[in-house]
Amino acid sequence: MPAGWLTGPVQTVPQLFGRLAEIGRGSAGAPAEPETLYDRHGVLVVRVGDVVVKAHQPDREYGAALAARIRLAAGLPHLLLAPSGPPLDVDGRTVTVTPYGDPVDPAADLPWEEGGRLLAELHACPVPPDAPPWGRPGRVARLVARLGGGAAETEIRRAFATLPPWIRGEAEEPPGPRRVIHGDWHLGQMVRTADGWRLLDIEDLGAGDPAWDLARPAALHLGGVLHAGEWSRFAGAYTAAGGPIGRDLWGALDVPARSLAIQIAATCVISARGEDRPLDGPEQAMIDTCSRISRTGAA
Amino acid sequence: MHCPKCRGVMRTYTRSGVHIEQCDSCRGIFLDYGELEALGQMESQYRAAPPPPAAAPSWGAPAAQVHHHHHGAHRPHHGGVFHMLFST
Repeated sequence: MPAGWLTGPVQTVPQLFGRLAEIGRGSAGAPAEPETLYDRHGVLVVRVGDVVVKAHQPDREYGAALAARIRLAAGLPHLLLAPSGPPLDVDGRTVTVTPYGDPVDPAADLPWEEGGRLLAELHACPVPPDAPPWGRPGRVARLVARLGGGAAETEIRRAFATLPPWIRGEAEEPPGPRRVIHGDWHLGQMVRTADGWRLLDIEDLGAGDPAWDLARPAALHLGGVLHAGEWSRFAGAYTAAGGPIGRDLWGALDVPARSLAIQIAATCVISARGEDRPLDGPEQAMIDTCSRISRTGAA
Repeated sequence: MHCPKCRGVMRTYTRSGVHIEQCDSCRGIFLDYGELEALGQMESQYRAAPPPPAAAPSWGAPAAQVHHHHHGAHRPHHGGVFHMLFST
């Protein structure tokens, strides 16, 4: 592509791609063609052979907390795939370099047991005194604030009103269990390396209530979109590996799973409205879950 | 020691720290002082020990309404479910 094309405001991303590719070539073990793995919501992820270079969301505060998270992850190499060094500043963007790992194949048998085991082992790690607090569940409040008018939107807002004030952004997080937690776990956060499965993405890593790491599959199971057998494989492996949420699993999970159910429902509605399409079956099931949450009352 | 009822031979067994004497002939059991209480205490501990696991929250989907994409054998997740499982 002639260099003259790379001018004007719309070429910001190609320029960033070039910078990330250059960093990748400098870190990769062997020469390889740069390849875009992800390019959405202001996040750009470029793979060059055995390394992945990520430009993080431009509108988030990183600073010292991200550096502390990278140090925390680097101390747990048997559980987490950590960035290889401190974050870089690339034209004002926060950039990290991480070894490449194969993502989960959605068409194959899903690694529920490995996910449950990795989380149980993470939650059993001693919390370092300088561990940052986890990323807090602020996402649900931000997403609900973006909703427009409509029947589904009303159901979501009613369910959101049942959440405790600290999740709605109206109070400080009350003291509770404090473990090392991933903070945003889903199957896209699992990669397979030569040494086995690892957890990826340390942006919300820190000290917090471990129930939040189980909240997304729990919400999908309670929403009726995740088969009970898959939930059991995950929760069973977590418990068998000594996960610290013991017998009162559901007692610990009620509020985090409600939050995630509402967050997922809001994400589905925003995505469907943005694409000007109706909600599909599983998406509607999450709206119906919000209606059941409202009927149950305050958490 | 001989059985106070049939004069058979009593044999000593130890079960969970409690000594019991049992007659080889009539199978009668002889408990020492305090051993009946010890057994009773163990029974009540056994009954009280495991609190029932918490039930799933009442807002969970009734089984009949479950929107699974796959039935029985393994089928990949797709559409909305894929995004819910694989992205933030």
